[in-house]
Amino acid sequence: MSATTRNEFAIPHIAIAGNPNSGKSTIFNALTGLRQKVSNYPGVTVEKHEGVLKLSESGDVDVIDLPGIYSLNPRSLDEVVAHDVLMGMRIDTPPPALIIAVVDASNLERNLFLTTQLLSLGRPVIVALNMMDICKSMGFELDVEELSRKLGVPVVPMTASRGEGFQELTAAVENMLLHPRSPDDVIELGEHASSAVADVAGALVKSGLVSEKSSAGEALRLICTENSLSRPRYASVAAELRPHVDAARERLKQNGLPWYAVEAEARYAFIDKLMSRIRTATNPTPDLSDRVDRWLTHPVGGPIALTLFILAIFISIFKLAPYPMDLIQEGFGLLAAWIIDVIPPGPLQSLLTEGVIAGVGGVMAFLPQIMLLFFFIAIMEDSGYTARAAFILDRVMGRVGLHGKAFIPLFSSFACAIPGVMAARMIDNEKDRLLTIMIAPLMCCAARWPVYLLVAGAVIPSITILGFIPLPALVLGSMVIFGVIAAIGVAAVFNRTILKGESTTLALELPRYRRPHIKTLLHVMWERSFLFVKKAGTVILAMSILMWALTNYPKAPETTTAEEQMKYSIAGRIGSVMEPVIKPIGFDWKIGVATLSSFVAREVFVSSMGTIYDVDTNDPAHMADLQSRLRREKDPETGKSFFTPLRGICIMLFFVLSMQCFSTMVVVRRETNSWKWMAFQWFYMTGLAWIVCFIVWQGGLLLGWR
Amino acid sequence: MNERRITSLESIPAGTGARMIELRLSPAESQRLMEMGMTSGTTLTVLKRAPLGDPIEILVRGGHLSIRKTVAEAIIVEPIDGGASA
Repeated sequence: MSATTRNEFAIPHIAIAGNPNSGKSTIFNALTGLRQKVSNYPGVTVEKHEGVLKLSESGDVDVIDLPGIYSLNPRSLDEVVAHDVLMGMRIDTPPPALIIAVVDASNLERNLFLTTQLLSLGRPVIVALNMMDICKSMGFELDVEELSRKLGVPVVPMTASRGEGFQELTAAVENMLLHPRSPDDVIELGEHASSAVADVAGALVKSGLVSEKSSAGEALRLICTENSLSRPRYASVAAELRPHVDAARERLKQNGLPWYAVEAEARYAFIDKLMSRIRTATNPTPDLSDRVDRWLTHPVGGPIALTLFILAIFISIFKLAPYPMDLIQEGFGLLAAWIIDVIPPGPLQSLLTEGVIAGVGGVMAFLPQIMLLFFFIAIMEDSGYTARAAFILDRVMGRVGLHGKAFIPLFSSFACAIPGVMAARMIDNEKDRLLTIMIAPLMCCAARWPVYLLVAGAVIPSITILGFIPLPALVLGSMVIFGVIAAIGVAAVFNRTILKGESTTLALELPRYRRPHIKTLLHVMWERSFLFVKKAGTVILAMSILMWALTNYPKAPETTTAEEQMKYSIAGRIGSVMEPVIKPIGFDWKIGVATLSSFVAREVFVSSMGTIYDVDTNDPAHMADLQSRLRREKDPETGKSFFTPLRGICIMLFFVLSMQCFSTMVVVRRETNSWKWMAFQWFYMTGLAWIVCFIVWQGGLLLGWR
Repeated sequence: MNERRITSLESIPAGTGARMIELRLSPAESQRLMEMGMTSGTTLTVLKRAPLGDPIEILVRGGHLSIRKTVAEAIIVEPIDGGASA
């Protein structure tokens, strides 16, 4: 939580507001450079982007990039935050001295709705008329001066992606800060609407909630937005205001005006008049964006392109990531070797090498893969392709109550759930987003592969099915597919139970295709990865140390085998205590301990099994040694092989379903802003894993497959 | 051709325009669509359907929107002459 100091209030704050896809972030990044920080607004999952802009005369000013919104009417979380910051209603954010309204010139009409709303706040406004290049290439000429005159605020034409117009924008900001001038709302309401608004505005001013200057706009929003007085922020004045709002709606209704339509009708009436004066069509050129789109959303070509695109992403991740991954692992290996050199053998050396380096290094090895995923997601977002993928898949995703855009977080989770959960932010609807986060970790992430490879290789006979499909590979593939089926089932159940409710995504904007900007891509990749490292880093470190302590202490009385030491340790004892719980699913204390230790990262299961069975697993070639060691293990009860196919399948099924990853839990906690959802996810996943394994193990025993 | 042919946006063929008459949705849903440009009298052009027939892509005030079939069924329109015969 970022406490606001007196000092922070002393310097002027500028808020950047605008529609999604208007180029807001590009402008924000260019204005603030790398002097940025990202946090969450206290109490909600909306991200707060802040930066510093250096001005020649006014000195440093704080810039806040508000979430992209279509309207100021506070309904979604994004809208509530943007509205409250702009109205100066948040104690954690000072009221802005100036608003930069970013407007997409190539989609001017619809962008102007929010712009005219911003004029009603009683604060100075500057319009940044972005994407002038696209507007021109579409064959439109805009009369910028007339636009500025009609809106009553300075308008700066710019092409932010090419860095054009920033000098003019900064000059306009400086000028406005030195000579602040608040515009008047341009809306023209009829007689009945005007007096209805005036009545509510009067009551609002009397309640002390808003200033005189911003009262009319706020009154209009209260009238037109359903349940507007139910917000906690209005709790103290709701009783006082309700009669006024009700009377206003009643009056509008009697005069044939639906109360919820008044604002939109009036603003667009103004916009219609304005557009006819400022825009002239010159020589429209064939639109590249439309031509590209014809292929990418083609009934046949669209799905093929999408499949190829995803394949390309996965191939590049699995081809490119190993190089930096090896480097990171080598680096940590060198570090461990150096520590062994300088620190004498003993608890400290063991803590640093087997605890800290093995744990943190194990997770950090996934960083290249996570960064690459963020990079590819950024390409899809920045180019406008995300919305098309959602368009193609909405029908399929909608069946189980998922948002079309949920597809991208979910497929990312096939590599790693962390970027998947973080990418769920692209879904603007809270309920849809939560549902996506809840099921994302069921997708088969890369850390599960080593577990499957070890177990399948050890227990599944390597025969071929139909003459060419190796049975172990078939089992592996089934595990991946089973994860997807489980996710679909869980989504369908949650959608009808705990996450019931209408999805509010009525219309999804399909933005114009744009060439992705390498600077933006790198910025997004860096920002997301840094957030992950910062959030998860400390937890992973702490967990690595804890796991090390649990598996190494207390020390057995004398030099014993690794297995006996493990059994003697706290983890071993926990495993033994857990046996009544895990025995019904075919686990003994050794599997239990290895599973427990894999909380740091799932693939740690392999090295833990190696430790328990005293097989060195540092070298991948030794995987086979461990597998043959596992095959030799005898079941004390039957005297036959302990790791039977049935037991192996139970282990794999457990890893398909259970929430076995601290890093993901930390990220879910941040992205849902709730311990409750994080805990719920752990319980439902691990509970489901136990139930499925119980059914399979007990069923298998009944059928005599042990 | 004197009477107004009232229909839903869902039944408008791709490549054809229609004039918005009414939204048969809840106040909150109507408000949201209107804010995105669908006010009464606005021309809505159906551009295409998704590969599986749902959702549909429409052009509203120069911007492209994707809306699900169930929503399109609640958008009451009047086909624009000339466009309908094409």
